Amino acid sequence: MKLFADLYAALDETTRTNDKVAALERYFSAAPPEDAAWAVSFLIGRRPKRLLESRKLAEWAIEEAGVPDWLFGECFNAVGDFAETIALLLPPPQSSTRLPLHYWIEERLLPMRDAGDDTRHAWLLEAWRAMDERQRFAWNKLITGEFRVGVSQNLVVRALAAWAPSGHGVPAETIAHRLMGEWQPAAEFWEQLMAPEQKSAEISRPYPFFLAYPLEGEIEELGAIGEWQVEWKWDGIRAQLIRRGGRTFLWSRGEDLITDRFPELAALGAELPEGTAIDGEVLPWKDGAPLPFAQMQRRIGRKILGNRILAEVPVVLVGFDLLEAGGTDVRERPLEWRRAKLERIAPNPTLVLSPVVTAASWEELKQRQEESRARKVEGFMLKRRGSPYRVGRRRGDWWKWKIQPYSVDAVLIYAEPGHGRRASLFTDYTFGIWDNGALVPFAKAYSGLSDEEIREVDAFVRRNTIGKHGPVHAVKPELVFELAFEGIQRSSRHRSGIAVRFPRMARWRHDKRADEADSIETIRALL
Amino acid sequence: MSLLEIRAAGIWCAAGDFYLDPWAPVDRAIITHAHSDRARPGSRAYLTVREGERLLRAQVGPDAAIQTVEYAEVLSLGAARVSLHPAGHLPGSAQVRIEHGGEVWVFSGDYQLAPDATCTPFEPVRCHTFVTEATFALPVFHWPEAAETIAAIEAWWRANQEAGRLSVLYAEAPGPAQRVLAALDRCIGPIGAHPGIEQFNRIYRGQGIELGRLADHPTLLIAPPGTARAANASTAMVSGWMRIRGTRRRRALDRGFVLSGHADWPALLRAIDETGAATVWATHRHGAALARWLEENGRRAAALETRFGEGEA
Ligand SMILES: [Zn+2]
Repeated sequence: MKLFADLYAALDETTRTNDKVAALERYFSAAPPEDAAWAVSFLIGRRPKRLLESRKLAEWAIEEAGVPDWLFGECFNAVGDFAETIALLLPPPQSSTRLPLHYWIEERLLPMRDAGDDTRHAWLLEAWRAMDERQRFAWNKLITGEFRVGVSQNLVVRALAAWAPSGHGVPAETIAHRLMGEWQPAAEFWEQLMAPEQKSAEISRPYPFFLAYPLEGEIEELGAIGEWQVEWKWDGIRAQLIRRGGRTFLWSRGEDLITDRFPELAALGAELPEGTAIDGEVLPWKDGAPLPFAQMQRRIGRKILGNRILAEVPVVLVGFDLLEAGGTDVRERPLEWRRAKLERIAPNPTLVLSPVVTAASWEELKQRQEESRARKVEGFMLKRRGSPYRVGRRRGDWWKWKIQPYSVDAVLIYAEPGHGRRASLFTDYTFGIWDNGALVPFAKAYSGLSDEEIREVDAFVRRNTIGKHGPVHAVKPELVFELAFEGIQRSSRHRSGIAVRFPRMARWRHDKRADEADSIETIRALL
Repeated sequence: MSLLEIRAAGIWCAAGDFYLDPWAPVDRAIITHAHSDRARPGSRAYLTVREGERLLRAQVGPDAAIQTVEYAEVLSLGAARVSLHPAGHLPGSAQVRIEHGGEVWVFSGDYQLAPDATCTPFEPVRCHTFVTEATFALPVFHWPEAAETIAAIEAWWRANQEAGRLSVLYAEAPGPAQRVLAALDRCIGPIGAHPGIEQFNRIYRGQGIELGRLADHPTLLIAPPGTARAANASTAMVSGWMRIRGTRRRRALDRGFVLSGHADWPALLRAIDETGAATVWATHRHGAALARWLEENGRRAAALETRFGEGEA
């Protein structure tokens, strides 16, 4: 546990990629395989769900620390992080644990889910009394389901590849591939992960997704348009449909197996040739065009998919790449080769081939980008002809070129404290727009401001609160922000009658007074 | 309050007609130490401990009228007997003991109980009423041994040096910056100080406080918080606030080292105990929490709204 807590602290302490990789390599060299497997699983974001309600945890921590409730509250306000507050408050440890990470996870943390309160309490005290502050912090984060660490999966993969026992290097792509799909963190998995070659790949395992960066700079800098294959950027659920061993697997980019959620695509899989993997986007689709994504959310929200919703919101796979053909990994083949092969797969109403957009010049392409909103797409994907299918987020061969988001100027009307490390600041805002001389709530936004600006807004809220409803402070309507958002539609659930997708603060309009903010009419015009 | 009361310009003693660390110009000001939230320019006469005179002059101006006393030397000011006692916060930092009509009050200023080679160590003073600082008055604030922190700084510096990187350590001056300078091991490598630190170093050296050699081409640079960052440098800060991960991350620092000129929670409670005071007034941000804790543990206590702590890192 100490090694893992030290790793967590080391990753937290630096923003330098090389330092992070070095810390990971140090850890992998020192940790036993059972621990390393758990560490990898946590580092790539497969953290356990919350195992204990915060209220219980607080109650037991308060008792162990011997402080009154109100003082715990004061401490939490000052620290802004629940797991950290407890780690700092507890009395110094009585012993120092030499027990490894996998013991704490397998024998204490996971069994807590099914244990009674007395046992949980006893285990928690056992852990706290044996752990130093760093270990307690990591442990508390794991228990509260808040364990997060500033490393990307790519970085973990890179460190694993760099560390792989000398004599038999394992390519990063292989490691990334092995980390996908379902696996149990255990010594055997670790051995398989680092093994020079893998004989029996799990048949369900997807390929790591190739992800595009947003276009940087001007489109013309990409060179001749003829070197690029252009497609619409679909706004659905990125997924991989796999047919192997007579079975079908649909994987989301978040590495969830979602085959059951989309019976249409399970059926599509059954018609694919054995040994096929298609990369694409799952979209709600009717009459040859996508439905608004909100329709999809209606469907995703349901536990049971009745015939009615299946008929109202049918889905298709908009396929754009082929990663496996005839049981062979074809990712190294050039884009055109894979595309041609994909086009030859038998036509099926639930498999839509993502059309290639043709334009003679970048200028013409810019014009065509204006069709995006009408087509319910987010803009273009640009893919370099001749390029292989790469692993993870990479610059160079794929770019996403999104249309500019919508934007409006709105007035800050409510604020409430954030969560985690932002809990001591007002960071969650509600914005209003003018409707007949009154401000009606229009959207909530949490992101887009710098820390400096957040502090300024926080100070403003504290000085200008005009009413309180629980944690929500109504503030004097003075500050104007430009909000950017991606989609807009009518909604009976919102007081403004309008719902927007992904609202965020694009900038603080210090130059505008509240009465200069936008009105509901301006916004209706965007519909 | 009876011996002391709050007026527009600050905390005032009627019996002696003087102010303690006033926040506006007054006729007579007793200054506990030369930090900007305590020592403000413009008063007609200042009184402070001899060890702190030069630092005070740097704050309030070369022409200010400053009278000095030795620690524990007793003065009669009006009807009050006044003496200053070591607070362990800065060279010359003091607690102010005021005696009048059989009542003894102590006004703590900022204080700290652990050893610090750059100043006279804190001494507890018995009193009936204790006015204490409460900058870090929450139980999450407990400091590691200073030696442990210094060793951690040295390890970080050494590792950066091996990686060919400059270490930039942000520290408040006067105070923590000089405390660290005096403690770091010069065998590891050359240390430099930003001009904002060096201006105070001169004063320290001028009164015989050893801070160690400084070099022109350092691998470790001590700088005031907020000064510009160099490329390819690792940045860190020493402060009590570094106890909290969020404060370190908000400042985008690589490392935070916990070392403070202020007492932590256990030290505050110990210091209060050792005064034997029946009544405690607590100033600063967490004054209310400290007062409530003391009340619940059998003392009379209340928070006191002041302007101390403004602009602190
Ligand atoms: Zn001070």
